[in-house]
Amino acid sequence: MDYIHNSIFTRWITGIIQNRKAVTGVGIIFVFIFLAVFGPFITQDPTAFLSRPLSPPSWEHWLGTNGQGQDVLAQTISGARQTLLVGFTTGIMVVLIGALIGGISGYYGGRIDDILSLLINVFLVMPGLPLMVILASWLPPGPGTLTGVLVLTGWAWNARVIRSQMMTFRNRDFVSAAIVSGERNIRIIIIEIMPRMLSLLASSFIGASIYAIGAQVGLEFLGLGDVSTITWGTNLYWASNDMALLTGSWWTFVPTGLSIAIVSFALTLINFGIDEVTNPRLISERVWRENIPRDKAVNGITPVVKDHE
Amino acid sequence: MNHSVNYLLRRLGFYFVAAWAALTLNFFIPRMMPGDPAAIIFARFRGKLKPEAMNALRETFGLTDEPLLGQYWSYLKSILQGDLGISIAYFPEPVTSIISSAFLWTIFLAGFSLIISFSLGTLLGTIIAWNRNGRLDSTLPPVLAFVGAFPYFWLAMVALYIFGFELSWFPLGHAYGNHVTPGFNIPFILSALYHAILPASTMIIVSLGGWMLSMRNIMITTLGTDYISFAHAKGLSSRLIMLRYAARNAILPNFTGFGMALGFVLSGALLTEIIFSYPGQGYLLLQAVRAQDFPLMQGLFMTITFAVLAANWIVDILILFFDPRTRT
Repeated sequence: MDYIHNSIFTRWITGIIQNRKAVTGVGIIFVFIFLAVFGPFITQDPTAFLSRPLSPPSWEHWLGTNGQGQDVLAQTISGARQTLLVGFTTGIMVVLIGALIGGISGYYGGRIDDILSLLINVFLVMPGLPLMVILASWLPPGPGTLTGVLVLTGWAWNARVIRSQMMTFRNRDFVSAAIVSGERNIRIIIIEIMPRMLSLLASSFIGASIYAIGAQVGLEFLGLGDVSTITWGTNLYWASNDMALLTGSWWTFVPTGLSIAIVSFALTLINFGIDEVTNPRLISERVWRENIPRDKAVNGITPVVKDHE
Repeated sequence: MNHSVNYLLRRLGFYFVAAWAALTLNFFIPRMMPGDPAAIIFARFRGKLKPEAMNALRETFGLTDEPLLGQYWSYLKSILQGDLGISIAYFPEPVTSIISSAFLWTIFLAGFSLIISFSLGTLLGTIIAWNRNGRLDSTLPPVLAFVGAFPYFWLAMVALYIFGFELSWFPLGHAYGNHVTPGFNIPFILSALYHAILPASTMIIVSLGGWMLSMRNIMITTLGTDYISFAHAKGLSSRLIMLRYAARNAILPNFTGFGMALGFVLSGALLTEIIFSYPGQGYLLLQAVRAQDFPLMQGLFMTITFAVLAANWIVDILILFFDPRTRT
């Protein structure tokens, strides 16, 4: 069995490594993770009152100070820690729950599928933010609450996507063969099918992390996080509370917002890369012409290019 | 015809189940939280609120002697009668009346931005998929994907800072000017439109890329199918093939996606309203969070959910209209 998984996995990894978008995205994410982990040891103390509040960027404070006289650069860097931690933790949990519920629903079908897909659809159609607000407002503020709330409101989309993928796999020959040879259902789902869903699981994880970072920042901006901790969301919360807009102090909210956007964009790039590796049709023809000699196909996939002019 | 009615009724049934699930969540969340937060909040407001307000709170959060099932029944009954409880922040105003005045503003702002961004995004997606590898196809997707990576409300802050604060092209907030009287008159309508431009454009710019990319990807798959080649072979004009043959089919998954994304986009719209002090649901949500006005928060959750469900049903009707397969 192992050699099949190895070849799926190595083929996939080679595909990703050769994809420029994915590599750029992964690089940016690593830079941010590195900054989040080691940055706070180098920067000024993000919680200390260092200079006159809302002073513009200068030599001492490269990105100026916020309404509490704290260094914006230090706040932006240490804010990455909790924001990324909560984002990626939520991403992992969402994929696990999505794979569990979507996988069971799509594999077994019938009555089980009816009930589970009803549950999935109900959670999908419910608007996330108001539900998050009522949940978060009743719970003690903090990263645990944020993660829980984000997972509860975010799992359904992945479950739905994984369910439909599972349904297509369910009817493939290799699954029938596994059933006939007497493998247990759980084993078929985990050992036979899940590795073949690698692309989908990876892009689900990334999609869920993008969602978790955005929604988390939104909730904290509303004041539903723990406003005494430093995160990207609370940075924006304080910027808006300290009248950053009306005093024209753009440097209090621009660095944090840019960081959020760059991280989300980098994650989106990785997802584009994964999409292109799995669905070669999406790559623009120019890339094919540049990168592939006519007689050679990458990854054992035949490039499908459709000209319709 | 019978099939269409059947399909719409089935969808309606699903929305009723979803509405019931939301109602039930709304009921059980305050009652099931660890450490009995309702009692803690109740204690916090003691002395700050009038006795009538305390009674209203007690009733809303089940701090009565009634058994849980009895509370649930009377809760469902009062919701069906349109009673969402009494607001704490705006006591003794009922939640329903506070929400209803803000509701129209949200429908106006978020509704219009959503429809514009969906139509524009779908159109752009169709065009760039058709002119594959053209200049637009290589510039628009990455640019819009990058813009779409910003949180809605952050882009709103920047837009407000540049166009409202620095350049003073647009007002700094609110839905209409001080000098006009709300009602059906030209100055009011013009003022409302003028105030809506900036918030609406930020929402459109952020959400445009998503619709465009999904349309592009479905369109590319559709363009690879045999019936499109056949249409080319028949010598039909490109425009006809692009719009009536390919786009018409490719738009269907995008429509389904529209229903699904509605709740998500609306969440962003609510945060945008807050930045622009726009007197809609989002602004109320912020007020409710600040004042810990739980009945108002829960009322907002209920009304927004119902609105999303209703909009989804409208999308179902549209799909029925566009997709003959659902009719047979």
